Amino acid sequence: MTPLSALLRKELRLEWRTREAVPAMALFSVTTFVVFHFGLQRDAVDGALAAGVLWVTLLFAAMLGANRLFVSDSEDGALEGILLAPIDRTALYAAKAIAFAAYLAIVEIVAVPAFYLLLLGPSAGGAVPGLLAVLGLADIGIALTGTLVSGLATRTRSRDLLVSLLGLPLLMPVIIAAARATTPLLAAAGPGDLPGRWLAVLALYDLVIGLIALAVFDFLLED
Amino acid sequence: MYGKGLRTLSIATALTLTGAFALALFYAPMDADQGFLQKIFYLHVPMAIVSLCGFVAGGVFAIQHLRSGDRRHDLRSYVAIHMSLILGVGTLVTGSIWARASWGHWWLWDEPTLVSFLIVFLLYACYQPLRFAIEDPDRQARYASVFAIVAGAFVPLNFMVVRMAQQKVHPRVLSASSNLPGEMWLVFIVSLLGMTLLYITLWRYEMAAKNVRGQIRKLRRRLGADVVAGRSAAPQ
Amino acid sequence: MPSPPSTDTPAIELDGLERRYGERVALAGVSLTLPRGAVLAVLGPNGAGKSTLLRVLATLLRPHGGTVKVLGEDLPGGAWKVRGRIGYLGHQPLLYRDLSARENLLLHARLHRVARVRVDEMLDAVGLTRRAEDPLHTFSRGMVQRCSVARTVLHDPDLVLLDEPRANLDPAAAEIIEPLLEGRTRVMTSHDPRDAERAEVVLGLREGHPHAIDGLYAVPAHAGTAPRADRRTQDGAR
Repeated sequence: MTPLSALLRKELRLEWRTREAVPAMALFSVTTFVVFHFGLQRDAVDGALAAGVLWVTLLFAAMLGANRLFVSDSEDGALEGILLAPIDRTALYAAKAIAFAAYLAIVEIVAVPAFYLLLLGPSAGGAVPGLLAVLGLADIGIALTGTLVSGLATRTRSRDLLVSLLGLPLLMPVIIAAARATTPLLAAAGPGDLPGRWLAVLALYDLVIGLIALAVFDFLLED
Repeated sequence: MYGKGLRTLSIATALTLTGAFALALFYAPMDADQGFLQKIFYLHVPMAIVSLCGFVAGGVFAIQHLRSGDRRHDLRSYVAIHMSLILGVGTLVTGSIWARASWGHWWLWDEPTLVSFLIVFLLYACYQPLRFAIEDPDRQARYASVFAIVAGAFVPLNFMVVRMAQQKVHPRVLSASSNLPGEMWLVFIVSLLGMTLLYITLWRYEMAAKNVRGQIRKLRRRLGADVVAGRSAAPQ
Repeated sequence: MPSPPSTDTPAIELDGLERRYGERVALAGVSLTLPRGAVLAVLGPNGAGKSTLLRVLATLLRPHGGTVKVLGEDLPGGAWKVRGRIGYLGHQPLLYRDLSARENLLLHARLHRVARVRVDEMLDAVGLTRRAEDPLHTFSRGMVQRCSVARTVLHDPDLVLLDEPRANLDPAAAEIIEPLLEGRTRVMTSHDPRDAERAEVVLGLREGHPHAIDGLYAVPAHAGTAPRADRRTQDGAR
């Protein structure tokens, strides 16, 4: 078994055991939809407004989850146990990012149907493959950036604040692209075409952030 | 080391900036629609460009710091970002004034430079709080460098995405950056030069000041005085 | 320049090791040599730098000055080469409290590329087989410490670094772990000068500086290399 898969299994097992991040993120999402209902004073949204509500909610839920990413490693010096092993430390980042992306996917399995039920207008909807593509690419971007920022903030004093303060500006391109891409899919008159351009932007973002994170993450672990 | 030639540099900066202001006020043609306040464009765009370049320079210094472990690169990175933040405030303020002059609103979502700049500014505004939140100076420098590299790479990516998003922009604002008549170009270039010189001069002033302070601390420590450093966001 | 690994290469060679925390000195000019198979006892009061020294040797901290050679490799450049051959027992267990003892040791085994059977052997050796499937947060401190010792020697390291190994252990448990550490090249920190009696090399530390403790000086190792700890004066000046 490679170090990466051993670490990934550890991440998933820990989350399953403690159930800290995923249920909270899912619950937060659904609650936020209700908040939007009252805040916007609408029964249904479509088009750009729908895309906005969906992505803002998912983004803030992701920030909530990112706060918890390195908590179990900081207790009892567990992270150091891994740093002592003769492995490529990039595997640590990769395992965490993959796990975070998995958590986001699970949360979306709950949140997106809830969104459809609670807030989406009656004629909007469908276009599931397009939506899945956007969700997938955006999740990768959020996971890559979220893990990097969480690693940066975790050993500082104001950890929770810094994750959001750093993460939200860095994720702005993701929300721009994801919202633009999702808007025609949620149009009131029925789903339109998926703008491939914005998918390309998401892919580019994922690539750039991924490469940079792989290059610099090691420096966060050294002392 | 940074104090050498500072006087010449300062004079050159002052001259260039004065020249740029004079050109902007008297030589550049008055814009038909936007009126006199449009001339703040000659302040706003150069400030934005220099500021963004400064952020990227901060990232480059950070790369050097991580590769060599030499803390002086970290100091350069810190000062570069610091200066860029100051110019950044100026950019946002002048941008707001320009928006008011053009459109009557204090903010323009249509202007991609302004919007992407706001995002970048919000990001870099966390640089000092991040440094302040880490007590160990070595780790502070290292984490700050990681941040500066990520943020520096983010600047062009962000600009590109925001620009794509605002592509239905009002033509007038776009033309302000690309289809300039000859006289406007001249003033713009001089102004850009002046801003760059201003940035470099201020950068060297702050580097010199920090170096002097660092040397004083070293001397005091050698004399045996108990130099206890309080928590600080600045590199030491 | 890599030296060929041999049993003659000392396990540890320090020359003027320095480590700072900001402007405060954590370790100031520590020099010593530890031959293979020998035991180094590091004594000193709290805050003397004993834990810092061990963490530098464990490759968890980089040296800020001087030279450090562990198992023939220079640190920090050669750290990646020796990581798998060092076992470190620190103040913290370095384990995940929400995983079971077996899961923790299995993770360790996979990362160190050690066979799974070793995990069962170690659980048996430290007497945790019966509770192996229970999460660590249900363990007493003594049991956690025993699991931590298992983690430390699971990959059969050439050098073992022990930061107050007998903390949290009752005498029976201390007896259980003793045979696991016997015969290995090791570094032990302690408050107790009696631990120095069983060591081949002794280092006293006070506020980061090598320092004589209770009249004890560094005992010359069999190889005849006398660590320079005894040349420091009382206040640590060179």
